[in-house]
Amino acid sequence: MSRRRRLPVSLALIAPLGLFLLIFFAAPLYTMMSAAVSDPIASRALPGVGSALASWDGSAAPGPDAQAVFARDIRSIEDDQLFGDLVRRLNSAKPGFRTLMSKTRTALREDLKANDLVAIDERWSDPAYWQAVKTATASTFTDRNLLAAVDLERSPAGDIQAMPAGISANRTTLARTFVVSLLVTIACLLIGFPYAMIAASVEGWKRQLLLGAVLLPLWTSLLVRTAAWFILLQDNGLINSALMALGLSSGPVPLIFNRTGVVIAMTHVLLPFMVLPIFSVLIGIPKNLMPAAASLGAAPIRAFWKVLLPLSMRGVVSGSLLVFMSALGYYITPALIGGAQDQMISSVIAYYATGAANWAMAGALGIVLLAATIILYTLYLRLASDQQVQP
Amino acid sequence: MTQPFIGFEKVSKVFGALTVVDQLDLAIHEGEFVSMLGPSGSGKTTILMMLAGFEAPSSGKISVAGRQVDQLPPHKRNMGVVFQNYALFPHMSVADNIAFPLSMRGVAKAESDQRVRRALDMVQLGALSDRRPSQLSGGQQQRVALARALVFEPQVVLMDEPLGALDKKLREQMQLDIRDLHRRLGLTIVFVTHDQSEALTMSDRIAVFNRGKIEQIGTPNEIYDHPATRFVAEFIGETNLIHATAEAADGEVSRVVLANGQSLSVGRKALKPGEQVCLSVRPERIKPSGTQENRIAGTVRDVVYHGDHLRLIVDAAGQTVVLRSERSEAAPTIGDGIEMSFSPRDCWVVAR
Ligand SMILES: Nc1ncnc2c1ncn2[C@@H]1O[C@H](COP(=O)(O)OP(=O)(O)OP(=O)(O)O)[C@@H](O)[C@H]1O
Ligand SMILES: [Mg+2]
Repeated sequence: MSRRRRLPVSLALIAPLGLFLLIFFAAPLYTMMSAAVSDPIASRALPGVGSALASWDGSAAPGPDAQAVFARDIRSIEDDQLFGDLVRRLNSAKPGFRTLMSKTRTALREDLKANDLVAIDERWSDPAYWQAVKTATASTFTDRNLLAAVDLERSPAGDIQAMPAGISANRTTLARTFVVSLLVTIACLLIGFPYAMIAASVEGWKRQLLLGAVLLPLWTSLLVRTAAWFILLQDNGLINSALMALGLSSGPVPLIFNRTGVVIAMTHVLLPFMVLPIFSVLIGIPKNLMPAAASLGAAPIRAFWKVLLPLSMRGVVSGSLLVFMSALGYYITPALIGGAQDQMISSVIAYYATGAANWAMAGALGIVLLAATIILYTLYLRLASDQQVQP
Repeated sequence: MTQPFIGFEKVSKVFGALTVVDQLDLAIHEGEFVSMLGPSGSGKTTILMMLAGFEAPSSGKISVAGRQVDQLPPHKRNMGVVFQNYALFPHMSVADNIAFPLSMRGVAKAESDQRVRRALDMVQLGALSDRRPSQLSGGQQQRVALARALVFEPQVVLMDEPLGALDKKLREQMQLDIRDLHRRLGLTIVFVTHDQSEALTMSDRIAVFNRGKIEQIGTPNEIYDHPATRFVAEFIGETNLIHATAEAADGEVSRVVLANGQSLSVGRKALKPGEQVCLSVRPERIKPSGTQENRIAGTVRDVVYHGDHLRLIVDAAGQTVVLRSERSEAAPTIGDGIEMSFSPRDCWVVAR
């Protein structure tokens, strides 16, 4: 077949994949991301206000012309749903809008000539309310959600500032997510590397058994595994009973509803993603390199550091990345096994998406998580390529 | 007798039900080049690995320089090992590979650099010091492995079929290089091979192994000319094994009879009359003419052209005899009757 005729065939063959990715990956990702930054309500409900307030200096209430435009736009809102959305949007920027807006709308509808808003309600003389209106109508895009995702907000004057303490804990949650993921990665590495070494050093049924044991968690549902840990880790669960029966501990060790439990359960679930890449690199390393190192005078530990570890670095890097990235998105395990202080960012995202129906916030947190992950990944690749190994 | 430098005393190695090395006694002197020669699976690598400390003997004692080494871990044995597949570290440059044993011994950087450079010059690889092993040819990797095993000046160098992967020309070059290094540095070398010509070329002494036992140990000359057993005679070089029965031993000369009743005289060997034996005669020692004492008549079955010589396959006395003949106008052709002869000195009697 000629090259020219092969191209359409190749395209047709990858078309299902392309469509799949487009419909189930790219499109939802785009939707969530745009939901995070789009803010069209105020511009739609108050189409004239944006340009009328553009030149307003923000020191006092705007002049009568601008107020007249605002009054006209309010009168012309027929759709109660749209009005409700507008009120909610403005109220989220500055509390107080809910009563203010319904009072103003009623007054404006009763008296079709009235354009002096301050006469309707004293609050309209406060520039803070106008600032909120200006910000909301100025553009159909907003950085409000993105800022809120990292506990920032805009002051009435438009400067970025930290949110008052106690309002939001996204930064803490994000930091905790990274700490827990890092702990899990380290735990997986400490357990997984020796395990992979043993699995690579034996042969036949012993190797199959070792690999099967580590693969087993992948064959059962995450929920089942987490539930099993839930039972095992309890104060009167198997582990604590065993510890006490062996006299290693006088009372139950708190293993559940805390960080320890989360790390234990997540390590168990993610271990295969560490063991398998390391194992596959280890079995590719020629068998006589370690004897060679010994014959050249390297004691076992030094031979490990100088020869085996550098040669298995590729497996360690890809295993750590796999575990770390997967851990960042963990949601069920921390939710069931962790305490209130162990929730990870995914639970917060899930809360916004399903609990609070705030897709914009969910999308914004998702973007922040994605960005942080990409930055870390790039850093890691940079570091890894500096000491490139090529067995 | 002086204490041997390397001594194996009744060393055995058993894997499960399989006895791989069987009651081995072997003494190697300082500065000696000893080859271990034997067919695949005869235990050569196992013996080397026990000497290097990677395998523990099942029984027996191994000593080096008068000191028993059984409890000594490999990294303390101070032996350079050249592995069959080089075992270079792929993540290190050539120079780093060679510097590895020096850094393990805490040699200072400046001195280490100097010694690495000297080692590289010795194997003529100075220009390639920054390359990775994967960027080298087989012969170059081989020489790096050699330099790495020698740079820390070990007392003993063990080489396990180090030239196995090289082409003929490079192998011959490396054989000469290794022999030269051995002489120059006064190394004690234990060299494993299953290539008999390699062993004959390089060694001071050759130990021929079969099924975990030494069949014969001696200089290349002894091994080649006076094989102790039929196995050695067949394994080293090409030979004719002519079946015969001992007839009489009268003083210096023994006589044997062939199956066709023909009587031949053989040198220096006490034989019991009636004993079934084999005469080992090298093809190049049989003349295609009746000029020597032992004459046999036969018919040429085949003539094989070998460039510089011809090989005649002859049916004689109910057996096949191979001999080497110069190329000449008068060379026999297939079907010719021919008379062959050899001297009693050139035939060696081994047990059947
Ligand atoms: N770890 C082991 N377990 C069981 N049997 C082994 C082991 N190592 C070697 N053997 C057996 O011991 C015998 C001798 O092996 P060895 O490697 O010493 O042979 P060799 O003479 O070096 O052969 P070659 O010329 O093929 O390298 C073989 O039959 C081999 O199968
Ligand atoms: Mg071998």
